[in-house]
Amino acid sequence: MIECRNITKIYSNGGVETIALGGVSFTIKDGEFVAIMGPSGSGKSTLMHILGCLDTPTSGKFLLDNRDISSMSDDQLADIRKEKLGFVFQAFNLLPRATVLRNVSLPLIYSDIPKDKREAIARTSLKNSGLDETHFYHRSNQLSGGQMQRVAIARALVNNPSLVLADEPTGNLDTKTGEIVLHTFQELNRKQKRTIILITHERYVAEHANRIITIRDGLIVEDEINISKREIKYSN
Amino acid sequence: MTASDLFEETYSALLANKTRTGLTMLGIIIGIGSVIAMVAIGQGSKGTIESNIQSLGSNLIIIMPGAQRGAGIQISAGRGSSQTLTVDDSDSIQTDIASIKAVAPELSSRYQVTAKGTNTNTQVVGTTSTYPSVRNIEIDSGIFISDQNNSSLSKVAVIGPTVRDDLFGIDVDPVGQTIRIKKIDFKIIGMTKSRGGSGFSNPDDMIFIPLSSAQRFLAGNTYVSTISVQANDQDSMTQTQADITSLLLERHHITDPILADFSILNQSDIIATASSVTDTLSLLLGAVASISLIVGGIGIMNMMLTTVTERTREIGLRKAIGAKSKDINLQFISEAIVLTFSGGVIGIIVGWLVSYAVSYFAGIATSVSINSILLAFGVSAGIGIAFGYYPARRASKLNSIEALRYE
Repeated sequence: MIECRNITKIYSNGGVETIALGGVSFTIKDGEFVAIMGPSGSGKSTLMHILGCLDTPTSGKFLLDNRDISSMSDDQLADIRKEKLGFVFQAFNLLPRATVLRNVSLPLIYSDIPKDKREAIARTSLKNSGLDETHFYHRSNQLSGGQMQRVAIARALVNNPSLVLADEPTGNLDTKTGEIVLHTFQELNRKQKRTIILITHERYVAEHANRIITIRDGLIVEDEINISKREIKYSN
Repeated sequence: MTASDLFEETYSALLANKTRTGLTMLGIIIGIGSVIAMVAIGQGSKGTIESNIQSLGSNLIIIMPGAQRGAGIQISAGRGSSQTLTVDDSDSIQTDIASIKAVAPELSSRYQVTAKGTNTNTQVVGTTSTYPSVRNIEIDSGIFISDQNNSSLSKVAVIGPTVRDDLFGIDVDPVGQTIRIKKIDFKIIGMTKSRGGSGFSNPDDMIFIPLSSAQRFLAGNTYVSTISVQANDQDSMTQTQADITSLLLERHHITDPILADFSILNQSDIIATASSVTDTLSLLLGAVASISLIVGGIGIMNMMLTTVTERTREIGLRKAIGAKSKDINLQFISEAIVLTFSGGVIGIIVGWLVSYAVSYFAGIATSVSINSILLAFGVSAGIGIAFGYYPARRASKLNSIEALRYE
């Protein structure tokens, strides 16, 4: 459960203040699939950083599973990210020379999971994100874009997070592969009841989610249930 | 993050770019290797010089005529050219000083020596029967000069093996042959054992004759050029030296020790002087080698900074998935340490091989000491921490948002 109460973020650079978020409030319940949509410069990235506990708001409260994140130290934030969050980035951010399994197990080394259990967890996570087992020992730079993003999704899920944040996950993919990745998110939301927040600037991508929050100039301009949810008939 | 995870991360990060890792390590290998080899050469030559000095005799005190410059007066500094010591001085040392084992006066000078058409220019030492025990000389064949030879002004000689080689050829027994010094024939009664030594005065290249004969037939006076005294033990040397000084000052009627007409040296002083020279040499060699070690360290820092920049996104990602600043710091520090440490281990092996090769091919004695290995090890680990610290700190302080966006 995510609760944002009147969150603001103001950057001051050499005396010039830039208001990135001007008071944003919303609640996301467990199991929701929400898209945060807005053009570049709208503040959606800033919001994503705060939701991802990479940054703290200038004012306002951000509660993640009833814990107040707003005033935590860097180390406390790192612990929250480790336990509760999974990230999927536009540029995948995989370790290029490491194998798929090692990439997926990476978050586990920071969360004190015994070595012998890591591979099994990583395998399960990879299967859930739909990557074929033949690729498990490939190096991640030998994979296609779609495969890499699935590895990234598996990595995001490996620590069983309460929230998955996807930042433009289809930005580096062609339309068809993008569809497949979005479908993967929909499946994870539907079957595993994962809470997923999708950050995008494209209406088309946002329409794959169940709820769309539109943000512009640091303020929420629209928060709607997506009635025309896009789904592809994707048989696997 | 456990230690084995840390090691695994470090290992795979270093192996990811083998060429760069190898070249950076090479800097440390050369640095550590040269420190080890240079210190080994320094220590080795120190050992050689010390054993050379020790081989001159044990607990030796040497008295020579001439003096250090006094206040405005210079008697004569040259050994041999100044004539202030006599056999009487030597005898009174023998009788009046308690803490000594033996005294051997000597009168030495270089002469042209001939034998059956061959000739050589060598040191001729007139001395007494105590000389072998004072100066650590052993007899290979025949006998050494006796007190009887001395009192009867015998024209007998004991030669060193080098003199034998020069005059009679290798493996010839010279005992019974005759040599001619200053147109006087001396009969050879013995030969000393080869010590293979080199150094200040090579005892292999000497001819020993009775002191009295040397004074009468060769020098034509009653002075001696050196008095060698063997003290009872190491501890009594300083006291013995002081006793001899005051005895001789009294005998020579000198009240101010600064104006003494003789100088007195003990073996520990010579060793100390030589050691200080070789220590300086070691230090110099070590210092030069350390420069390459520092350059190697800077190479590591350079590589680590490049690595941190290259892996900015990876650092951002690691932070996003829960790594704390200290985890990142530890990871990069450990990369630097592993790099220098393995470089250090290889460097020690290389340094060892180099010093072995130096003693094998160049004939210079070397000694690799545990201390220098420990030092090299410590220094390489220290360099890893010192030069890895700044890049690691830079990595850990990266802002995760900016790091993730870094192109």
